Amino acid sequence: MPDQLIFGMEVFLNGLMAGVLYALVALGFVLIFKASGIFNFAQGVMALFAALTLVGIMEGEVPFSHLINAVFGTDVHNFGWTVPALLAILLTMAVMVLLAWLVNKLIFRHLVNQEPIILFMATIGLAYFLEGFGDMMWGSNIKKMDVGLPQGINDWIDAATFDIFGYGFFIDNLDIVATVVAALLVVALIIFAQYTKQGRAMRAVADDHQAALSVGISLSFIWVMVWSLAGFVALVAGIMWGTKSGVQFSLSLIALKALPVLMLGGFTSIPGAIVGGLIIGVGEKLFEFTIGPMVGGATENWFAYVLALIFLVFRPQGLFGEKIIERV
Amino acid sequence: MFYREAGDFKTSYAEDNQTFPIKFDRYRYYVVLVLAFAVVPFIINDYWVNAVFLPFLIYSIAAIGLNILVGYCGQVSLGSGGFMAVGAYACYKLMTSFPDVNIAIHVMLAGAITAAVGVLFGLPSLRIKGFYLAVATLAAQFFLVWLFNRVPWFYNYSASGQISAPERTVFGIPVTGAETAPWAAYLFCLVFAVASALIARNLTRGMIGRKWMAIRDMDIAAEIIGVNPLKAKLSAFAVSSFFIGIAGALFFAIYLGAIEVGEAFGINKSFLLLFMVIIGGLGSIFGSFAGAAFLVLLPVLLKNLLVVGLEWPTDLATHLEFIIVGGLIILFLVAEPHGLAQLWRVAKEKLRLWPFPH
Repeated sequence: MPDQLIFGMEVFLNGLMAGVLYALVALGFVLIFKASGIFNFAQGVMALFAALTLVGIMEGEVPFSHLINAVFGTDVHNFGWTVPALLAILLTMAVMVLLAWLVNKLIFRHLVNQEPIILFMATIGLAYFLEGFGDMMWGSNIKKMDVGLPQGINDWIDAATFDIFGYGFFIDNLDIVATVVAALLVVALIIFAQYTKQGRAMRAVADDHQAALSVGISLSFIWVMVWSLAGFVALVAGIMWGTKSGVQFSLSLIALKALPVLMLGGFTSIPGAIVGGLIIGVGEKLFEFTIGPMVGGATENWFAYVLALIFLVFRPQGLFGEKIIERV
Repeated sequence: MFYREAGDFKTSYAEDNQTFPIKFDRYRYYVVLVLAFAVVPFIINDYWVNAVFLPFLIYSIAAIGLNILVGYCGQVSLGSGGFMAVGAYACYKLMTSFPDVNIAIHVMLAGAITAAVGVLFGLPSLRIKGFYLAVATLAAQFFLVWLFNRVPWFYNYSASGQISAPERTVFGIPVTGAETAPWAAYLFCLVFAVASALIARNLTRGMIGRKWMAIRDMDIAAEIIGVNPLKAKLSAFAVSSFFIGIAGALFFAIYLGAIEVGEAFGINKSFLLLFMVIIGGLGSIFGSFAGAAFLVLLPVLLKNLLVVGLEWPTDLATHLEFIIVGGLIILFLVAEPHGLAQLWRVAKEKLRLWPFPH
């Protein structure tokens, strides 16, 4: 087999793995958009905030230490203990639920019935707020996250492909873990939405929230639940991306990567988010591999958007979106 | 008492059709113009021009442009940073290729080039609507910034990848480069800001503006009553990009002088402009100015208060600035979703009756 083709296959596999990570972020968007019609731009920053909080709790850092030191002239940094990963994840989840409750209580309860663009802007405001808040709480330096996930080259795949092609593929263990986690998460979400009482209530709200209200479903409970779920997805995405590239500001930019995934898959479809993520992941890696060197590289920044744009011109509701019917 | 239509009789069509038909509005407008042209240039110094007035004027032009697209025509765009970059690079290429031509003409040509690019990226708006379109315009943002970063022709093969404005004069007075007097830069931008506002105001209350608003309110219904969505949407993209392009050219040539595209025209610039439009008020020219003023002044005030006043470290002040800007945006949306312009409208209602409210 020619070398180019083998490299291409490796790029393809890595693209699939990257796509899974994009899909993880896109999932959070879909959940909130389906249930409340809010296009939550803050999803990426929520992932960053979750990751920051997790690392901060694990290392036993004092929250707002920077602020406290600046105002009172003290010098506090650490509590002097470390928290095991599992407990820290639970605590972080509690923080995310609290955040979900606050977001609903303070922001979106007051914005019911506003135009979608106003809700969207409010989430951008929330993104700014959380970004500043997270940095102020835990400091803005780059942090290393280690919750015990395996990392580095997968030796088994390396050896197996070496036997077949005479060239070992580089597949990161972390990516494989991420894929498994994403698959489990999607299955869990689908089971939750289809077979539990709360999941049914969530779908009812997504369908028509006035009708749902009239049969006795508590809207504020459902919205807090959905935002908590999105917070949970953000936490998972934050752990994966944080372990991969460190917990830093650029983590919040993965939200931007998730947007074309959403467009491609449709804003309201959970399977769409997964398929869209895979297409975008593979597409941008292959494009960078084949066309990238000819036009100066770094095409990953825009390729996903242009692909989604061209795709939408032919199918405006995305791959799995609900058909758009317009009436006067 | 101050703001009223009663007793303000018009005796000709020209009077009836003037830009500000109400006397109070008209006089207020004249007073603002006199202040801006005849008083401010004599009392400002370097700090005020660079920290407040130049960004305010330039962002106002861009906000007017974006307001035409988002507020009047209802097409949400997140690509304005990219369009500003087009204006800046078009201006740079024109300035270096035709050094003898007046810079004012370059700036306008840069606007025209941006308008053409805007129409190109506006084409999908005929098929895609709502949030799908908003995300689709991000394609313009990322693609354009990448283009100016990677194709050396745009930055004349300079080693740093930056572009810097050569020195140019208007009526023998330098307006770009290191020799520029603060008042000259201020006046140059002011002329463009006033002209943009006048053009935009008259466009939006004319036939084309009504077509945009019909499309915004419901595009299918507008189509049925005979508005051509192709022409209406694309003209909105063209006019909007024209203003944003002018703002980008001024931002580069007059305000900063030298820029690096990713830093100056990144995605944050798109959001900043959208914030200005929303906080100022969708569908209002005055709102564009108010929003720009608010978001230019706020960081300056915060910085003065925290870093100079309380002597906090700068990084902490930056974090707090993020928190406050984000919090204020949310507060604004909760308290007054129609922006500062709505506050002004309410004030006008009150003025109409003052001091006898019944």
